[in-house]
Amino acid sequence: MRLAGRITLSLAAASLLLTGSARAETVVKIGAALSLTGPAAAYGAQQKAGILAAVDEINKSGQLKGVKLEAVVEDDASTKEQGIAVFQRFINKDKVAAIIGPTLSNTATAADRLAQDAGVPVVAVSNTAPKGITDIGDYIWRVSLTEGQVIPGALKRLQGKLGFKKAGLLYGNDDAFTQAGYTVMKAATETMGLQVVGTQTFAKPDKDYTAQLTALLAAKPEILIVSALVENASGIVAQARQLGWQGPIFGGNGFNSPKLMANAGPAAEGVYVGTAWNKVSTDPANQAFLKAMAARKHEPDQFCAQSWTGVAVIAEAVKLSGKGGRDDVKAGFLKVKDLPTPLGHFSFLPNRDGNHEPALQVVKDGKFQIVP
Amino acid sequence: MGQQVINGLFLGSIYALFALGYTLVFGVLDILNLAHAAVFMVATFVAVALVGHGLHILLALPLAVLFAGLLGLVLERVAFRPLRARTDSNISGLISSLAAATIIEAVALEIWGPNITRFPFGTLPEGPANQLQLFGGTVSRLQLTIIAVAVLLVLALTWLVKGTRLGREVRAVAESPRAARVLGVNVDRAIAAAFFISSALGGAAGVLYGLAFNSISPDMGRGVELKGLAVIILGGMGSMPGAVLAGFALGLTEVFVVASLGGSWRDAISFAGLFLILLVRPRGLMGAAVTREA
Repeated sequence: MRLAGRITLSLAAASLLLTGSARAETVVKIGAALSLTGPAAAYGAQQKAGILAAVDEINKSGQLKGVKLEAVVEDDASTKEQGIAVFQRFINKDKVAAIIGPTLSNTATAADRLAQDAGVPVVAVSNTAPKGITDIGDYIWRVSLTEGQVIPGALKRLQGKLGFKKAGLLYGNDDAFTQAGYTVMKAATETMGLQVVGTQTFAKPDKDYTAQLTALLAAKPEILIVSALVENASGIVAQARQLGWQGPIFGGNGFNSPKLMANAGPAAEGVYVGTAWNKVSTDPANQAFLKAMAARKHEPDQFCAQSWTGVAVIAEAVKLSGKGGRDDVKAGFLKVKDLPTPLGHFSFLPNRDGNHEPALQVVKDGKFQIVP
Repeated sequence: MGQQVINGLFLGSIYALFALGYTLVFGVLDILNLAHAAVFMVATFVAVALVGHGLHILLALPLAVLFAGLLGLVLERVAFRPLRARTDSNISGLISSLAAATIIEAVALEIWGPNITRFPFGTLPEGPANQLQLFGGTVSRLQLTIIAVAVLLVLALTWLVKGTRLGREVRAVAESPRAARVLGVNVDRAIAAAFFISSALGGAAGVLYGLAFNSISPDMGRGVELKGLAVIILGGMGSMPGAVLAGFALGLTEVFVVASLGGSWRDAISFAGLFLILLVRPRGLMGAAVTREA
């Protein structure tokens, strides 16, 4: 048992002695603002499952002696307006100790300000926009790695395996997300010393990328690095293979969807994507997570693992500070260090962004598989 | 270089095929059928559904094309014929075709959903075994087939319009519906025939497009619609050889703009070129001089 655990134990024992009753339980409420409807509903469903399971398991384990976690899940409808309404309810009516969410970065940029002003700690579990989240203020924390953290880590790992030196870049330049992904990729190629032999762009409505790909391939790259949403990504991958490209393709977070394999089929084999969660990790914390989700008959994805981690981080903060008030949780976050989670050993960076090792996955036999 | 020419010819053949049907109705009725892109889309979904039910694509393609043709007949009956007697039938027909397009798209959205679908894997032989090396580029059999089908349909349509009785009737109606009627032409039948052929061609373009790019969704026609419009204007309103020529020209221009200047410039340069050509040749590449006065 780690030192922190021992302190909590003694604290819990002390409080037990003081109250003189084993039944005196403090309830720490966690508000979860999730997109259960709207365009991001697929993510919200995974997050809800992860949060409820984590709260359940932590309460059952009894690791927070004298403290019971309670999750209040509300739907932010994938919109800013509804997200703000939910945050107001959490802050003023439910009096939660901490908030998890909201699902989308776009919603977070608006809703998180309310929590910052009210002094309620927020843990973002799926916001990946590099700017506009944790820089809102000292109550806003983040578990999810930003694109800026996943892409360089995964790309470096891939270079270590394949040893490429020349890259061709392709990205959608009419979308904020794919454009941001490209900026990160370009910076990563510079720090890694890769030679960029060509850069091409496309737009979201495009279906034909052969002109761009032909121009890129003519410059003889050793890897294609692509920032695209999944609909475009499938077409790009299929057409690159059709043009005879056998080499590796590295994609941004937009590639991180089973739709890629559904639409590109065999052409998707050999596509590499970074991910925050290594689902085949044999780390005990990940195995415990997988077991808990299997017991609930739920097939978890990255979003599920991240939201589970969000609850685990809050529980650890409560444990470390010994109390469950809003500022206690925030003070506890400062002390979270190398916490074992499904995502790996987790700490916060000085800017309150999360930090853990990203993983690399490859499409093999029609499925994403972790590259060891 | 060789590869880019192949890419351009391929893209151009799809534009040409789409624009061919577009320009046929335009030439006959002097109105734009904005539902052409919706027919293009529906035919693709019908073909996907048929293949999904186990039909071979060589059977599914003609059935989907037939369906598109019938849909064209329905469109003509519902959206155009009731308005034909009106003095402003060009504008009201345009609007009602826009309404028809919106309705068809909404129905497709309801039936097939907004997600992108594709033909089942193995619909056509894929993979390196079905690729050929030509002029220093790689071309798949599918691409060659699409280019060949496009050229074949162009020839067939030209023969139909120039060499058959039906074609003569359609051309007579295009010249003057009243005179055609006086000469014993069944005007309604000729117009319906033009719609059937036009929509069937649009449907064929849709299925081939779906096979080529495998990115099928209810809004797939929108991008092609504007390109198709540009192609028929460039080719000379109502001119079929012009539409084909302009289709290939647009495809090649787009590919070379993307390759040399980047994707962002594609539409800007293509449409600037269109503008310039229209300044020099207001009737388009192969447009005939105006002989009819309204």
